[in-house]
Amino acid sequence: MCNQTVCLVQAAIEREGIATVSISLLREIASVLKPPRALFVPFPMGFPLGAPNNPDLQHQVIAAALQMLEHNDLPVLENFSSDQYRER
Amino acid sequence: MNSMGDAASLVTHPRSGKRRIRLTVPAASRTIRRQISPPSNTIHMATYDDLDLHVRLFMKGYPFSRYAIDPLPHAMLRRPLREARVALVTTAGLVTPEQKLFDSSIKKGDPSFREIPNTIETQTLIESHRSYSFDHTALAADKNLAFPLDRFRELEMHGAIGELNHRHFSFMGSIVGPSKLIEETAPQVARKLREDEVDAVLLTPV
Repeated sequence: MCNQTVCLVQAAIEREGIATVSISLLREIASVLKPPRALFVPFPMGFPLGAPNNPDLQHQVIAAALQMLEHNDLPVLENFSSDQYRER
Repeated sequence: MNSMGDAASLVTHPRSGKRRIRLTVPAASRTIRRQISPPSNTIHMATYDDLDLHVRLFMKGYPFSRYAIDPLPHAMLRRPLREARVALVTTAGLVTPEQKLFDSSIKKGDPSFREIPNTIETQTLIESHRSYSFDHTALAADKNLAFPLDRFRELEMHGAIGELNHRHFSFMGSIVGPSKLIEETAPQVARKLREDEVDAVLLTPV
């Protein structure tokens, strides 16, 4: 339900004219709710930024999400590349 | 499948003390496997199959489409990210040591929120999320996993973003009946962020 809550709060913020992007752990939910910008990540529940105490991986996920703020053709649902993850 | 495989196990909730049978691979054992095997072999995307049986059945029957975001709001980033004021929103149920924990006893879910000051020492945050559906130990080890404030401080220091807002916001995500969230608390947070003249927000579940 975390993923639904994120989508609903995100929509409220975007309605106030603020650009938003969210991380999504469950494709099933974000693909139905369709928030403005969501990055699907290939991680288990409880690991939205990949791994604890792994700043490199956390920065990769954040960078991928922040890049999506430039997108204006909404909604945008992108996948965090697992190839990037494998390189580490 | 190794010895930590698909066996049923009896689990006790850390706070409520309720005991029940867990039928799928316990999240904790997945974590252990992640730690002992190289990351390159452990790519694992969360799907409904990761969830406990009763959660899975609930999710399959839950009317998510009722809450589909329609019409789609559309805001443009007003200035480049390197000049933008950024705020974080998490649904990991984090609170500061001075704040009230989220209320796990509200059946439909606690729709309230907490303001997290930008000056907080990230690892002092307390996680009070009621969900059984994820392994709480990883978040306990590093709050940045679901509230990456230290990472954003690094981005701010390197000039990748303009600045962090003076406050961020935390919800507890397990809101099954979100009407109060939709009508009251989410718009309240959105207005506060607008008053703060925030340009961009990153939202993270757990």
